[in-house]
Amino acid sequence: MSGIPHDHYEPKTGFEKWLNKRLPVVGLLYDTLMIPTPKNLNWWWIWGIVLTFCLVMQIVTGIILVMHYTPHVDMAFASIEHIMRDVNGGHMLRYIHANGASLFFVAVYIHIFRGLFYGSYKAPREVTWIIGMLIYLMMMATGFLGYVLPWGQMSFWGATVITGLFGAIPFIGEGLQTWLLGGPAVDNATLNRFFSLHYLLPFVIAALVAVHIWAFHTTGNNNPTGVEVRRGSKEEAEKDTLPFWPYFVIKDLVGLGIVLIIFFAIVGFMPNYLGHPDNYIEANPLATPAHIVPEWYYLPFYAILRAFTADVWAVQAVSFLTGGIVDAKFFGVLAMFGAIFVMALAPWLDTSSVRSGQYRPAFKWWFRLLVIDFIVLMWVGARDTNFPHDWISLIGATYWFAYFLVILPLLGLFEKPTTPPATIEEDFKAHYPGAAE
Amino acid sequence: MIKKLATSALVALALTTGGASAAGDEGHIEDIAFSFEWPFGTYDQEQLRRGLKVYTEVCAACHGLKYVPLRTLADPGGPHYTEDEVRAYAAENFTIYDEELEDDRPRKPSDFFPTVSGEGMGPDLSLMAKARAGFHGPAGTGLNQLFRGMGGAEYIASFLLGFNGEEDEVAGSVLYGNTAFPGGWVSMPPQLEDGLVDYDDGHNNSAHHMAEDVAAFLMWTAEPKMMARKQAGFVSVLLLVLLTSLLYLTNKKLWAPHKGKQLDL
Repeated sequence: MSGIPHDHYEPKTGFEKWLNKRLPVVGLLYDTLMIPTPKNLNWWWIWGIVLTFCLVMQIVTGIILVMHYTPHVDMAFASIEHIMRDVNGGHMLRYIHANGASLFFVAVYIHIFRGLFYGSYKAPREVTWIIGMLIYLMMMATGFLGYVLPWGQMSFWGATVITGLFGAIPFIGEGLQTWLLGGPAVDNATLNRFFSLHYLLPFVIAALVAVHIWAFHTTGNNNPTGVEVRRGSKEEAEKDTLPFWPYFVIKDLVGLGIVLIIFFAIVGFMPNYLGHPDNYIEANPLATPAHIVPEWYYLPFYAILRAFTADVWAVQAVSFLTGGIVDAKFFGVLAMFGAIFVMALAPWLDTSSVRSGQYRPAFKWWFRLLVIDFIVLMWVGARDTNFPHDWISLIGATYWFAYFLVILPLLGLFEKPTTPPATIEEDFKAHYPGAAE
Repeated sequence: MIKKLATSALVALALTTGGASAAGDEGHIEDIAFSFEWPFGTYDQEQLRRGLKVYTEVCAACHGLKYVPLRTLADPGGPHYTEDEVRAYAAENFTIYDEELEDDRPRKPSDFFPTVSGEGMGPDLSLMAKARAGFHGPAGTGLNQLFRGMGGAEYIASFLLGFNGEEDEVAGSVLYGNTAFPGGWVSMPPQLEDGLVDYDDGHNNSAHHMAEDVAAFLMWTAEPKMMARKQAGFVSVLLLVLLTSLLYLTNKKLWAPHKGKQLDL
């Protein structure tokens, strides 16, 4: 499967030979697990394992929660309380599942920013990147659908606001929104289909994860230097790599262990910190909460959505040019999805000949600014839209687009990168002078 | 010019942040050192029992606890009454309409606390301590909850003690001034006064103590499995620390030959 030369599975016993002729599944597992991995990977590379763990944890806890949950507007909220009070270990299951979503997003954001810094999106890993973006979109959808299920006030009003975004699409919006909701407003039909889709999408994600892994096992991992593994011969490749098992499995598990210590401390000691108190009030279509705030992991993009109000000149210009079809609300929706779309286009927007940000002196600063921008947007997304929050959102949103659409293309033309090491082996030896051949 | 801009920015900032509290976005919440705070904190059984008495004699007139099964009053980690005491409490205080009898009967431990609804009645209190956050700052980040907790129980206590004696009539209904309530005006009249409830354990029954006790009791109704949860948290964290340490050493030994390091293991 891998383009890097390495030993392949050889069936030894009679049964293995028999099976291998009919279904080479052991060989597939062997080649996947023993894939040559650049030996200079640093600790930013552990988040793939954390993410895989999160997916499994969410599916397992979710399946058990479903056994006790009732997807009906009159009973959903009470069934959650049933889980919290009567089901054995139910309170832990639910808190792990709810906080697990947060861990999932912490991990995916670090994973994405790691890719952005080390140029993991660049050729030949564009397909891995695109699949990753699809997984991220699916995660956003799954998280949103799941947040509706407890049928609290934020569930209900969050669903109302977010499906309202689809209503902003010109001409078809209203019909589309009704179709999504299964009626004129968020109600039992909405809850039922959201429940169904919340159960479905994680398995779509699992399939996409398999493709994601398949894609980067074909190209090989990126690494901190961005220098490719030498593939002239097996001996040459072995100087740059070590097999995934046991070297990286054990290393990744150390990372996962540390992450889980923090995770279980949060679940055990402050499980409601990342949630919104209003979701402990049963949904009431007649009472709108004072502030409708999405979960923290949507906030940067929610801030971008809200940044483009009708008094922004760009919005006015677009509205004028399209004869009013693209109004401020639709512009905001386009900006929100556009913010993820431009990120997906990074492989083609980045013109630099050097892959890793380590060897790009100017890029480093723009990248750090992007991380700060992301955190500021996350903060401002939870605030009201009065001054100065409106300006902060607008500046933050503008920088997000400028980074991908202007800075990445121009940097490649003007920046003078430093020289990366010739091989991964050279980089590894620079870190560990005593390293043997 | 710069100075003028800076001044106007500061004024605007003061207006927006100050404006929020002036509009009653966040009332004044007093931080209370409850026994159940922090990872080692546990419920104070005596306090929960006193809080239950305040609820039963004062709050229950207008507020239900519909998600709380009466039998859980016997659970360890809660008020921890005996089953006989729970049976007596349920029968003495609450009735329920029984469809088979076609009449009201006293509640049993297998019933829930009553659901209270209707004109002039207040919201259900089962989850109130988790449905309110007392602390939000600084600057809306919620970081101070890391140190002071979510503040739900503090909110309840501050609310009960927050009546400032002012009254206002809006559209025929009387509103009472309250320094903790968002917006500053609430339709619930003040309830607690010193000595209102006689405690069985002879504890100080000032309004202040009653407010804290009932707030603690409502924290328990909202999060009855808190002690089990913290225990599970401890076990998980300890085992994970052990596992991670072993993995760390394994990893070190595994990589040592490739990094050219000598290990004294």
